[in-house]
Amino acid sequence: MTALRPARTEPPWVRRLLVGAALAAVAVLLVLPLALVFAEALKDGVPAYLAALAEPEALAALKLTALVVAVVLPVNVVAGVAAGWALGKFDFPGKSLVVSLIDVPFAVSPVVAGMLFVLLFGRTGFLRGAVEALGLTVLFAPPAIVLATLFITFPFVARELIPTMQSLGTEEEEAAHVLGAGFLQILRRVALPNALWGLLYGLLLSTARAAGEFGAVSVVSGHIRGQTNTLPLHVEILYNEYRFSAAFAVASLLTGLALLTIVLKSVLEARERRGRSLP
Amino acid sequence: MSIEVRHVTKSFGTFVALSDVSLTVPGGELVALLGPSGGGKTSLLRIIAGLEAPDAGSILFYGEDATGRDAKERGVGFVFQHYALFRRMTVFENVAFGLRVKARAERPGEEEIRRRVTALLTLVGVDWLHDRRPAELSGGQRQRVALARALAVEPKLLLLDEPFGSLDAKVRLELRRWLRRLHDEIRLTSVFVTHDQEEAFEVADRVVLLNAGRIEQIGTPRELIEEPASDFVRDFVRPGAQL
Repeated sequence: MTALRPARTEPPWVRRLLVGAALAAVAVLLVLPLALVFAEALKDGVPAYLAALAEPEALAALKLTALVVAVVLPVNVVAGVAAGWALGKFDFPGKSLVVSLIDVPFAVSPVVAGMLFVLLFGRTGFLRGAVEALGLTVLFAPPAIVLATLFITFPFVARELIPTMQSLGTEEEEAAHVLGAGFLQILRRVALPNALWGLLYGLLLSTARAAGEFGAVSVVSGHIRGQTNTLPLHVEILYNEYRFSAAFAVASLLTGLALLTIVLKSVLEARERRGRSLP
Repeated sequence: MSIEVRHVTKSFGTFVALSDVSLTVPGGELVALLGPSGGGKTSLLRIIAGLEAPDAGSILFYGEDATGRDAKERGVGFVFQHYALFRRMTVFENVAFGLRVKARAERPGEEEIRRRVTALLTLVGVDWLHDRRPAELSGGQRQRVALARALAVEPKLLLLDEPFGSLDAKVRLELRRWLRRLHDEIRLTSVFVTHDQEEAFEVADRVVLLNAGRIEQIGTPRELIEEPASDFVRDFVRPGAQL
């Protein structure tokens, strides 16, 4: 009888070398830059760091970013749930085309996405008339920033929910329907609770992206200080003015948000794994 | 409640699931829809429940046309093949669901819901599992919970899709005898789908034999054995079948 070959046959030193190389790559490419952001931000001391964040322009950028996130999230919930429900639970002709269209914002460069809104609302854009008739300012103002961010972040919730809802099937919804539940009751009591972790996960990713989006927002914002600059745009301005520690101070806010996102994401993933195996 | 199926036809694409099917289920009877898989049994059950719409024909509940009525207005209890219990809810909440989603005017109070759910769970013998979740139950227990959930809304008609299909042999035998006794107790008009003729003959008052979307024969188990209406019935009902 021959002994079974163990799955790992490499000698210990090879294994250590490979693991070491991987860790070194992570350290140089990921940890070091992140640590540098905080080191640079705090180079002139904590008071200077706080002062940089308390500048009126920095506060205005923070407010605008918060506003963008606050508008984008609820819209993404409604649109994402609608898309996830329609595409995850039903079959209809042209469905695969719609699913592919949802990926367009991922495939298109954010700068192009921004240009698209300039073309729509700009001097010769074909929505300009309608917008002017309503007395609104869209381009180079917060509405355009929100629209561009919506375009960029839309896929996150939908892409999470479609496979989740698909894998859950439609039997529980049918059971609820026969038991007398209407559409909203089925959605609220059955479909959404079942897909809750997918929804939260999508929302988390779209929050991080909404706060951090640079390219598309840069094109439509107009860079008016204290008015149409979001946090990422403000970082760029500070950096271009050679105010490095202030730039890094503001950047540290976005970095902090990213780190928080990663922590929450792994918490959600752990919950979801547990959720799959048990309830 | 008596139900009547009149000239129902249903196809999915080019596949004809049901063609011109008519049958009557008198009130209080337990009827089996028997036949090989792909014969249209489940489609017929889903059409009666309102989960599918027939291409042609009509469904009558108690002489009243219910063809266009939404599934949630039909007042039927449906037990799904894989039970379709709400995975995030406890056993208690699963059974309470049909009561909780009622319009405010008809919704019983919390005390009344508790009383009725407990009574139902006791009836099906799983009251001690009330705070478990579906994943923590055995197949037989899930089946009983699914039945209690369907009965909670006091349906006038109970539909069961392969109710014993995903159970092991011993539990299956036990559970179908139990279902028969339960039916004798509550006398609810019931239709269940099965591909197992032994099961149909043991449990049902009358058997509807469906094949390739058509009804081959409707009759008591004895009639199917002693007076088969076609060669198919003779072949399907195994020679020497016992009652």
